[in-house]
Amino acid sequence: MEYFLQQLINGITLGSVYALIALGYTMVYGIIQLINFAHGEFFAAGGYVGVIFMSYLLSQGAPAWVCLSGSLILAMAYCAMLAVAVEKVAYKPLRNSSRLSVLLSALGMSIFLQNGLMLTQGVYDKAYPTELTQGGFEMGNVMLSYMQLFIVSLTAFLLVALNVLVFKTRIGKAMRSTAQDKVMSALVGINANRTISITFAIGAALAAAAGIMVGLYYGSVRYDMGFVPGIKAFAAAVLGGIGNITGAMIGGFIIGMVEIFAAGYISGEYKDVFAFVILIAVLYFRPSGIMGENVDDTRV
Amino acid sequence: MTIPEFKKHWTSLGIGMVWLFILLWPLLGIKPEGLEVASTFNVWWRIALGCSFLLFLYQLNKAGAFKFISRPAGAVAGSMKSATSMVPMAVWFVIGIACTALIPQFAGRYAQDVAINCMIYVCLGLGLNIVVGLAGMLDLGYIAFYGIGAYTYALLSVQFQLSFWICLPISAGMAGLGAWLIGYCSMRMRGDYLAIVTLGFAEICRMVLNNWMSLTNGPNGVTGIKAPGLYWFDFTNGMTLEHIWLKKLSLIYYVILILVVFTIIAVYRLQHSRIGRAWEAIREDETAAEVMGVPTFYMKLLAYCSGACFGGMAGAFYAARMRFVSPESFTFLESAMVLSMVVLGGMGSIPGVILGALALIALPEIFREFELYRMLVFGGVMTLMMLFRPQGMLPSKRTMRSGKD
Repeated sequence: MEYFLQQLINGITLGSVYALIALGYTMVYGIIQLINFAHGEFFAAGGYVGVIFMSYLLSQGAPAWVCLSGSLILAMAYCAMLAVAVEKVAYKPLRNSSRLSVLLSALGMSIFLQNGLMLTQGVYDKAYPTELTQGGFEMGNVMLSYMQLFIVSLTAFLLVALNVLVFKTRIGKAMRSTAQDKVMSALVGINANRTISITFAIGAALAAAAGIMVGLYYGSVRYDMGFVPGIKAFAAAVLGGIGNITGAMIGGFIIGMVEIFAAGYISGEYKDVFAFVILIAVLYFRPSGIMGENVDDTRV
Repeated sequence: MTIPEFKKHWTSLGIGMVWLFILLWPLLGIKPEGLEVASTFNVWWRIALGCSFLLFLYQLNKAGAFKFISRPAGAVAGSMKSATSMVPMAVWFVIGIACTALIPQFAGRYAQDVAINCMIYVCLGLGLNIVVGLAGMLDLGYIAFYGIGAYTYALLSVQFQLSFWICLPISAGMAGLGAWLIGYCSMRMRGDYLAIVTLGFAEICRMVLNNWMSLTNGPNGVTGIKAPGLYWFDFTNGMTLEHIWLKKLSLIYYVILILVVFTIIAVYRLQHSRIGRAWEAIREDETAAEVMGVPTFYMKLLAYCSGACFGGMAGAFYAARMRFVSPESFTFLESAMVLSMVVLGGMGSIPGVILGALALIALPEIFREFELYRMLVFGGVMTLMMLFRPQGMLPSKRTMRSGKD
């Protein structure tokens, strides 16, 4: 039972990370029907920029909460800018060409960004400062570290903020209407290009937050760390019903949970396989996902 | 080119460069020891200068400043094109093969190694070309079949001492079988969903290879694979023929050359058959093809399997040549590499894919001092290619009308 509870806590922590990344995929897919391969790289870049700002702030003698929140905000802003740049350069000119071209362009961008990170930051792991978030609550043998508490509460805050943004503000309304029909929303005066840029920026900012969380949780970041979590988060987005924001959150938590429990109870070596198996099974049996509407026949 | 357009270009370039500086600075300039701008600026001004120069050239070209060069150059290119198209493709093919066959007699060992590598990738590219270029299905997990082929030969050779020539068709068959299993589950999907599912399958394959210790020896790989041979002698040793006129390594070189020739002929024949036309019909419009009576599901499955067979064949050769395989060689990056060969060269065009393989394997060998930047350039070129020339370097000619059936 204690083992189960511990795994549950770990699963929720990992699930928050996947949920945050999955949101970026699902929002971008919802609005321009593109699998943004570079999204995993936004996540990695967020982790890197986070550690860069964090170590700088620490060395300047800033208190812990300033380090954490400052690096978080700066990394989110950075990734938002990066995403806007990538969108303008690699995706916007291809808006009317075939889906294969855009997908390949995204793949190229992903390789480009990954290697850009490698060239500027080196091939080795970069360590996060560990002294900021040590300790935790212990209940018997179950351990809830401050880090996990921080990750889960920050995720909850970001998810609520995103929901407010998408469902209560004008920008959110513009995003939803552009996702439904680009031409029609352009006719009523919504700037589609700007809305798409904003969507990319928000998605990448969430991914950056996830990158910092992963960096803090595992203690280090690596230039190629974006690939596997990226695919898993995509699996989460598909599981929840691609294009559906609530679905992506639920899907993220399910994938995180499944991975942790599978690693704990079935096989640690094959833990990465389960996310792929879920992805394939969902696409095969219920392509619209848990929350999604029916998918049109151009995709499945 | 009007003045407002001119201004607009330079303003957007300016904004872009400021943006780039902000993006570069945290990565290069912010360190725990302090902030500095010099190293970022050092990188940035080169990029900025290069981009400004390119924009300048582009505007000059738009304004017609290069007409005095481009017009005669275009005329020369046009007449050369018409001259080359007079010679049938088969003649070019034979000339190309003859030249390739002569390489080991003149080049050193290093050049031969590069050439062998190139030819392995030509096989892979042509196999993937069937799936992506002809049938129009985006496959991001093609390298899995290369891996299956390589491991099939490796294990059969190490465990049962079977010869390369027996294992070659078995490897191709195993890869085809694997593709059949995967394809049967995923051929209902289209476009990007298919892409992500094939990627998932390839990753599963790699993880199985990595973790199934008792069969594949896990991350340590399989060693002691036999090189291709004929009854009593190994091709690597070259036997005494070396003293007559053949150099040592070249026998294995000719094995892959034969495989490449076989692949080219097979793919060409497939492309110009009824099946090939069905694939192209599916690529152009799947629903219309279905309506016209093409059994799309089986045709797609067939494309997927036959593509995989060539991958498996190349894999068997790879294992025989390296005499060692490990899961490290079959990562997603390799898939992306083969895919970009097909895309850069021109989807659906055999000469295009060959050119793509040359460009991606041989060119980096020439610019070895920039080895670090290889993948960076490669990713950038992939995006730029999609922006400026999505049809590839040597696009395939669309068949307008041919055949009787």
